[in-house]
Amino acid sequence: MNSNGAVVTATDLSRRYGEGEAAVDALRGVSLSVGAGELVAVMGPSGSGKSTLMHLLAALDKPTGGTVTIAGEDVGKLSDRGVTLLRRKHIGFVFQFFNLLPMLSAEENVLLPLSIAGEKPDPEFFKGLMDRVGLADRADHRPSELSGGQQQRVAIARALVAQPTVVFADEPTGNLDSRTGAAILELLRASTTDLGQTMVMVTHDAQAASIADRVLFLADGAIARELPRSPAATILATMSEIS
Amino acid sequence: MIRAELRGLLGRKLRTILTAVAIILGVAMVSGTFVLTDSIDKAFNSIFTDSRQGSDAVITGKAATSTNNGSNAPTIPESVLAKVQSLPDVKAAEGNVGGDAHLIGSNGKAIVFGGAPNLGFSIPHGASRFNPLTLVEGDWPHGQEVVVDKKTAGKKHIAIGDTIGIQAQGPIVRLKVSGLVKFGNVGIGGATLAGFDLPTAQALFDKKGQLDEIDVAAKSGVSDQKLLAQLRSVIPPNSQARTAAQQAAEDAKDTNTFISFLRGFLLAFGGIALFVGSFVIANSLSITIAQRTREFATYRTMGATRRQVLRAIVVEALVIGTAASVTGLFIGLALAKGLFRLFDAVGFTLPNSGIIFATRTAIVSMIVGVIVTLVASLRPAVRATRVPPIAAVREGSTLPPSRFARFRTVGSAIVTAAGFAALLYGLFGKHLGTKGVLIWMGVGALLIFVGVSMLSVRFIRPLAWALGWPATRIGGTAGWLARDNARRNPQRTASTAAALMIGLALVTLVAMLAAGITASFRGAVNKIWTNADYAITAQNNFDPIPIAAANAVAKVPGVEAVANVRTGDARAFGKNFFATAVNPPGGSIFQLDWKEGSQAVFSRLGADGAFIDDGYAKKHNLRIGSPIDMTFSSGAHKVFFVRGIFNPPTGGSPFGTVTISQAAWDELNENPENLYSFVRMSGGDTPQNAAKLDQALKRYPDAKEATRQKFIDNQISGLNSILNIFYVLLALSVIVSLFGIVNTLVLTVFERTREIGMLRAIGMTRRQVRRMIRHESVITALIGGVLGIVLGIVLGGLLIARVDFIVFSLPVFSLIVFAIAAIFVGILAAIFPARRAARLNVLEALQYE
Ligand SMILES: Nc1ncnc2c1ncn2[C@@H]1O[C@H](COP(=O)(O)OP(=O)(O)OP(=O)(O)O)[C@@H](O)[C@H]1O
Ligand SMILES: [Mg+2]
Repeated sequence: MNSNGAVVTATDLSRRYGEGEAAVDALRGVSLSVGAGELVAVMGPSGSGKSTLMHLLAALDKPTGGTVTIAGEDVGKLSDRGVTLLRRKHIGFVFQFFNLLPMLSAEENVLLPLSIAGEKPDPEFFKGLMDRVGLADRADHRPSELSGGQQQRVAIARALVAQPTVVFADEPTGNLDSRTGAAILELLRASTTDLGQTMVMVTHDAQAASIADRVLFLADGAIARELPRSPAATILATMSEIS
Repeated sequence: MIRAELRGLLGRKLRTILTAVAIILGVAMVSGTFVLTDSIDKAFNSIFTDSRQGSDAVITGKAATSTNNGSNAPTIPESVLAKVQSLPDVKAAEGNVGGDAHLIGSNGKAIVFGGAPNLGFSIPHGASRFNPLTLVEGDWPHGQEVVVDKKTAGKKHIAIGDTIGIQAQGPIVRLKVSGLVKFGNVGIGGATLAGFDLPTAQALFDKKGQLDEIDVAAKSGVSDQKLLAQLRSVIPPNSQARTAAQQAAEDAKDTNTFISFLRGFLLAFGGIALFVGSFVIANSLSITIAQRTREFATYRTMGATRRQVLRAIVVEALVIGTAASVTGLFIGLALAKGLFRLFDAVGFTLPNSGIIFATRTAIVSMIVGVIVTLVASLRPAVRATRVPPIAAVREGSTLPPSRFARFRTVGSAIVTAAGFAALLYGLFGKHLGTKGVLIWMGVGALLIFVGVSMLSVRFIRPLAWALGWPATRIGGTAGWLARDNARRNPQRTASTAAALMIGLALVTLVAMLAAGITASFRGAVNKIWTNADYAITAQNNFDPIPIAAANAVAKVPGVEAVANVRTGDARAFGKNFFATAVNPPGGSIFQLDWKEGSQAVFSRLGADGAFIDDGYAKKHNLRIGSPIDMTFSSGAHKVFFVRGIFNPPTGGSPFGTVTISQAAWDELNENPENLYSFVRMSGGDTPQNAAKLDQALKRYPDAKEATRQKFIDNQISGLNSILNIFYVLLALSVIVSLFGIVNTLVLTVFERTREIGMLRAIGMTRRQVRRMIRHESVITALIGGVLGIVLGIVLGGLLIARVDFIVFSLPVFSLIVFAIAAIFVGILAAIFPARRAARLNVLEALQYE
């Protein structure tokens, strides 16, 4: 699936929290690359460094060693402003806790990244997106008037609206029941399949990981195993193997 | 994003309004001041202009000693009038006299409304063009008659045909009321008017054959220049001719000076309230921004730049500032209207010719309000830009410390030190004008307040620990938690307390000064007033009183000695100053601390002797025998020789820089008046003696007697009124800081929703929750109170060290009252937030995200 070339690469990435005795090595030399249009899931036991890895890949945090490139740019070499512009253009986020702005309607929340960048939405794309996430009739609702699943749909639409190079999702279904979670996963899968959206998703859930083109297993801050697209049962077995 | 922020502002209505209140009050004060003073100004100016309406030019006496033509201006001989009337270009001219004339009410007391003047004047011809009055009822006065203004007549039930007592420059004279008059269309406030025909007025004001002014109308087509030139050719040298407009401006000078003083004075308090408000705004914004860390981080993950975050917050502040300023502007307008009513209700009616709402008022209020809000928002806004995007995914993430965090303490110490340096320079620096002194002191105080509030962050934990001790005793667990909460976020507690600190520091400063003045005044009176039983003063304790009153007292049986202190302006060595005169009995009544000479100087002043205070002697290098060439307001001048030099006590003395004999004074001044008289009586101050004096003063309703204690109290009562005005005006700042505490608490409760829910879930009662919030509030207020009182004492001490006539005296009782007031502010501020906290639904609070 790497046919279109890598859009995100990490080389020998490490991250140490704290200093001296109390220091924790959350990541110890992780290298990976994510190809365009690929949906990669990152799995691993709690504390294995999944979130840390994602923060580094998404340029939310700085590694203590190694490099990250996004769309060919070495993130470590960018200024604060450079990273900001990189985020605008190349990165979308889906958070576990949605992070919607309560005072804005669903539609306004979705459009926010564009308005921050000072851009106008392509009406056709935007309408398609709202239809795709199933929010066309909820556009005027406030987040507080939406269910958790609907809120996450808004968040996904928001991540997709600027058509970023890559979308990062940290446990996007972690806060939802399995039924709603499954629908969200379907939506994510469809955005990669239909729109070619590259995506990196951290998850605890084997079911979630089963939609990915590739599953990376982290243990103790290092990549322990890698699976191509696999059914949930295989993923579950691999998980118990490594932990 | 800006839209999102503004929506958020609407979503946080209560918090936004609480934040805005801080600015609204300050702006209201500013706009109210402008509206009030503009309106009074306009009213006075139309009074002065209207009263000159019929004239083209006015001739008045020219005081030799001062530029204003107050009551001490010399008079013009009546003979000049005929000369003026015969000038070729003069169409008509009329001579007038005037002065203070008290109307005596049916109770025998002078009719006075607040501090408004009691004007008496001549009306030679009622129908003349120079007469600005309109007859409402009855006739113009002739002979032993008087006209009174309709308003006073209505209030005091004076009717045409009544006989009424009038007191001007002599004992009370009884005149028949011939008519009631009205002055134009302008409300003249609480002033009383009494008009007489010219000979009666001249008799009443002791100006027989003399005129105070000559009003002149020109023939048509004659230019002002030409008219003035002609007038100047015939008038005596100690008089002057001005156009009517110039004269009106001249008449208005004193009131204008007073109004601009009043304006500056009130604006200063508006400024203080805004300054305090800026602390409240900065603090509220900091807290709301801290609470929205996640929100800003989310913006950043979507690619918002730091600048965009900054802009969003600044726009938010701009909106708050603008809305608050507009609100404040109109509240100020209402405030001014209310003040007119209030003053009216308490009997101090202000002249009124309609409310003036000038463009300048709107512009200045808006600019000031918006700028203060913007400046206050800068620090929190810059902090918000430091929110890292990762905060969007990390629970409880805190802001990274600023690059300058390390220098905080040093920086705030430097700011404080710079503040003290500026203050000290203002106080003790050489060659600074009044303006320079005020600016340096103001800047100094400003920096000190900012510096101390920043520095206080360091002391919040120990202070809250100590001041919260009683709370732990009284409040039980709730008290313990309150103390911990107050210490939890020192920055927040410090900024909240700082707002109250400023108000209390200023209140303390004022109380210190008042206590110092009182103490030094009391000391001075006790030192100087050694051998008298009574003082005779005006009813208001400071106006001059007619000499006739003292003469009447001197004739009372049992009176052993009467020492008079005459007073007025004089000029020597090119400078105007306050001169006094005393009669020989002064030697047996006063005790001065003589540097050169002795008590005998009082009786050895003679026709050309003077005693002076030590400061004046040093300044002009004067010794015993040195000549002083003195010019008096009448224009008369004479050389006096120094016979004695005395050291005035810290609290001042009844004597001016130069004191001459009463006899010499009366020869050189046209209308001598006493400031005080001091009386010794056989038997001392007994009720019988007081009754005898009262009897003698019955014909001089403006004069009263007072024992030494009463005299001190009377003089201080004026100070107390001033003190109360300061307190009321500073209360505004305290109210602003009270809103600051309310705001912080509301925000804190909001922030601790989950925590409070948890406390309730494990068994805390609503009452305990309220108590917890209340104690936290009181602890915060006490921190502000203690810091403010200490700072006030320091600032007061410095000021007193500079001012010669005030001694250091700690107003312990007042300080205790202030501390209690701080506690009270805390309790008051907590009411609303505590209610909200107690009302939280436990279940919802726990689920809250
Ligand atoms: N800000 C931090 N400071 C110190 N240590 C941290 C910090 N963030 C994470 N860690 C530590 O780094 C390690 C990896 O944490 P990380 O959050 O990446 O794990 P995770 O795989 O996402 O776990 P989970 O599945 O529980 O979310 C853990 O041991 C954690 O304690
Ligand atoms: Mg995680």
